[in-house]
Amino acid sequence: MTTYYSEEHEWITVAGDVATLGITQHAADQLGEIVFCEQKEAGDTFEKGEEIGVIESVKAASEIFAPLDGEVIAANETLTETPGALNETPEGEAWIYKIKLADPAQLEELMDLDGYKALIG
Amino acid sequence: MTDAPKRTPLYDLHVELGGKMVDFAGWEMPVQYPLGIMGEHKQCREKAGLFDVSHMGQVILRGANVAAQLEKLAPSSFTNLKEGKARYTFFTNDNGGIMDDLIVSNAGDHFFVVVNASMRHQDIPHMEKHLEGVEVTEIFDRALVAVQGPSAENVVGALCPAACDMTFMETIVADINGVSCRLSRLGYTGEDGYEISIPEDRAVEITRAFLAHPDCEPAGLGARDSLRLEAGLCLYGNDIDNDTSPVEASLTWAMQKRRREEGGFPGAARIQKELTEGAGRKLVGIKPLGRAPARQGVEVHSAEGSPIGSITSGGFGPTVGGPVAMGYVAAGHGAPDEQVSLIIRGKAQPAEIVALPFVTQNYKR
Repeated sequence: MTTYYSEEHEWITVAGDVATLGITQHAADQLGEIVFCEQKEAGDTFEKGEEIGVIESVKAASEIFAPLDGEVIAANETLTETPGALNETPEGEAWIYKIKLADPAQLEELMDLDGYKALIG
Repeated sequence: MTDAPKRTPLYDLHVELGGKMVDFAGWEMPVQYPLGIMGEHKQCREKAGLFDVSHMGQVILRGANVAAQLEKLAPSSFTNLKEGKARYTFFTNDNGGIMDDLIVSNAGDHFFVVVNASMRHQDIPHMEKHLEGVEVTEIFDRALVAVQGPSAENVVGALCPAACDMTFMETIVADINGVSCRLSRLGYTGEDGYEISIPEDRAVEITRAFLAHPDCEPAGLGARDSLRLEAGLCLYGNDIDNDTSPVEASLTWAMQKRRREEGGFPGAARIQKELTEGAGRKLVGIKPLGRAPARQGVEVHSAEGSPIGSITSGGFGPTVGGPVAMGYVAAGHGAPDEQVSLIIRGKAQPAEIVALPFVTQNYKR
């Protein structure tokens, strides 16, 4: 399964019609200890570049920006009660959204792992 | 303001300890160490945290009438401040606003003053201009280290037994590792602790000696901010500034009775009027009831939905285990348990007014 990465430090994997979106370990490390995660609800649609959530650490609030167009199928509700999971397993169990892609061709505008590694140095 | 950020005598030690360095008020300071803000915060509440506060301005005032002269600039009483005692105070402006908050100590043959890092450039000329017959000397060759927490007495006392005999707001000069240091039993975390002024050439050695104690870990500016917020202590520039009066900021406890009655400090007209009639707004504790932190600038609305004020400091309180905030609300509001809402990213979130502090202060009286 291919994983795509955005310049906003998000990852996306696609399985059939459903994509899973989260933040990278690098992003989680930079944010510091995460204490709050605000998410959209199932059924909400969004366009690339739109704010689709907020993550707050002990230091500051950071927006999550949509890396492509789509619709929320499900938000990971465990993050409401245990936002700290985003520091532990941001690329695993602490995914943020299951989404339906509006235009799968937009995936090609994202980076692969090598490209992302080059970005974060 | 393109000057390179300044470094304290402990800069290399911060880097060695893994401190994440940031620019703060023109100084390169550690915001956190590998333990993290939450861990450093809890360390300080449960054992002891060590903070480098050398960026703050240390000033020596010498002259025949320092106490009386200081009373011209600040609404606290200094003529009755006994030798070896320290007092929290603030400089007021002609409009009754707060120019800076500071600690003044009577050191016997002089007064010792500590001001905020960001206000050094204002406070030093302010004192030089207005304190008649007083020699104002800013100290550049001493570090200032704060050891804070319930184990602070053990950590500092291990190197300086005299520290154990001090009580809250006392100051002494004593030897640590054969070096003459000034120890003051105070701080800005809500915990027992000390601020220790150390000659810069021995600062690293003595700091390392404190950190060698098993109960003591380094802590950065991040933990310092969440600790003081939980303790209900004002941050200059956030909660108090040139527009806020001491009455609005609930700091009248720092204005002794004689000064309240006699006046004779800048802005006395407004401050005395507010003491009698009440202020138009008041600084209060605000507890968001959800999980979302309310940061500086968030609007506070009444239960009926009308704007009544705004948050001046807010974030996550690690000891509280949830968001905590302080802010100003209009007169007629602000009684404990009053239900309000906070407008966070356009949505009204429930909150209530609470008495400060969020975490009980733990001073050695």
